[in-house]
Amino acid sequence: MLRSLYIASTGLNAQQTQLDVISNNLANVSTTGFKKGRPVFEDLLYQTIRQPGAQSSQQTQLPSGFQLGVGVGTVATERLHTQGNLQQTGNSLDLAIDGNGFFQVLMPDGTTSYTRDGSFQLSSQGALVTADGYTVQPAITIPPNTQSITIAKDGTVSVTLPGTSTPSTLGQLQLATFVNPTGLQSLGGNLYAETAASGAPQLNNPGTTGTGVINQDFIETSNVNVAEELVNMIVAQRSYELNSRAITTSDQMLQNLTQIG
Amino acid sequence: MDRMIYVAMTGAREVSQQLAVVSHNLANISTTGFKSEMSVFRALPTVGEGAKTRAYVLETTPSSDYSSGVLQATGRNLDVSVNGSGWIAVQGSDGQEAYTRMGDLQTSSNGVLQTGTGLTVLGDGGPIAVAPGQQILIGKDGTVSTTPIGQKQNTVTIAGQIKLVNPPETDLVRGDDGLFRLRSGQPAPTDTNVTLAVGTLESSNVNPTDALVKMISLGRQFDLQMRVLSAANDNDKDATKILAVTA
Repeated sequence: MLRSLYIASTGLNAQQTQLDVISNNLANVSTTGFKKGRPVFEDLLYQTIRQPGAQSSQQTQLPSGFQLGVGVGTVATERLHTQGNLQQTGNSLDLAIDGNGFFQVLMPDGTTSYTRDGSFQLSSQGALVTADGYTVQPAITIPPNTQSITIAKDGTVSVTLPGTSTPSTLGQLQLATFVNPTGLQSLGGNLYAETAASGAPQLNNPGTTGTGVINQDFIETSNVNVAEELVNMIVAQRSYELNSRAITTSDQMLQNLTQIG
Repeated sequence: MDRMIYVAMTGAREVSQQLAVVSHNLANISTTGFKSEMSVFRALPTVGEGAKTRAYVLETTPSSDYSSGVLQATGRNLDVSVNGSGWIAVQGSDGQEAYTRMGDLQTSSNGVLQTGTGLTVLGDGGPIAVAPGQQILIGKDGTVSTTPIGQKQNTVTIAGQIKLVNPPETDLVRGDDGLFRLRSGQPAPTDTNVTLAVGTLESSNVNPTDALVKMISLGRQFDLQMRVLSAANDNDKDATKILAVTA
């Protein structure tokens, strides 16, 4: 069969992946702490069908060869960890990181995962938990009769208890940074897991060595740019059409071929 | 059989090969920094005694279209594209220096600067490694500097300079892995005139109009070859009829 059929189908696949990623980005345009994805495409290998300099007759040589690429492949869908906007909510348990750090979350299976979504809540025991109920690390327990909670830019959690004028410090949140945050594995639920590509997490107090600072009463919005995604969607759709035209052309050629005689 | 059938067959075969090249270009319409393959038919006359009646056709890919793609702003600090002509030096899978225009860079888990496809970017002194917890800034001339995040900007450390080259286009060949190398196999010298546009990516330089028109034209060319094949078939049929022993 014609090579162009298979080559064009790799193009269709790539554009389909592109649209999948765009759809996921657009669906998460309101997800707190969401980081947009981007597919990375590369040209697949090239087949050298004829070397330059091959003999075209006994006396002559071909000045140029024939090298045929076999299409396109998706290498990765990388996440762009650019800063989202900080939006004020007025909720004292909403925390947004301005910088590169991640909150640490203790999963039910005992492992640690990482998140940028700082819309925390309190459990029935007063522990600081994510919206899914997973405990934030290092664990902070707020006493039941607390009047106000203050979380400083450096992660220090202090509360005011009734009858006292001085706030008492409960602990300090720590943030994790990664050498290559793009290499983190997305677990869903706004959570990321460490991988060999991301490198080991480095735990530091907020505001030191690249973690960024914590902003209380704020959440970090999704970093998806709707206009950009819509433009990408138009490009993906038209590219898909062009590749499907290549398939139609090949098909018509095959049809003509079978009609000889 | 008339020899024309072989001429037409070669024509149809080479047209379908060129369609494969056009399809490959179209498939890579979203590949960052992709350079479209040029394809040209070449006449291959039969040499021998007697009249030169036939020239077979041969599909060749003499070079690539080295024109620049559109620079798209992404705002990511590790996305770079080469301004005008020039190339970013990377380490190919064979360990040798190769050149690419794909500038969606990232750091590996060891802090080594890589392309989005995982190829190590080469600097003036080999690979460029960045210490963890640093903000990476890439300058127009390819200088990679780092500052600890949240600290004063005067604590800049220079990690290295991305090797940018600009060899003559006629010296470049595309390898089977899609990376470009010098025909001589030698590394190209650093060119200080090549500059980077940081925060942008170079889109593929495939021209969709061009590719679509070429595709239509190739489809018609293929049809013509098919017509010649049918004509040869008819001629042969008629000739057989004349020579047939009538009962």
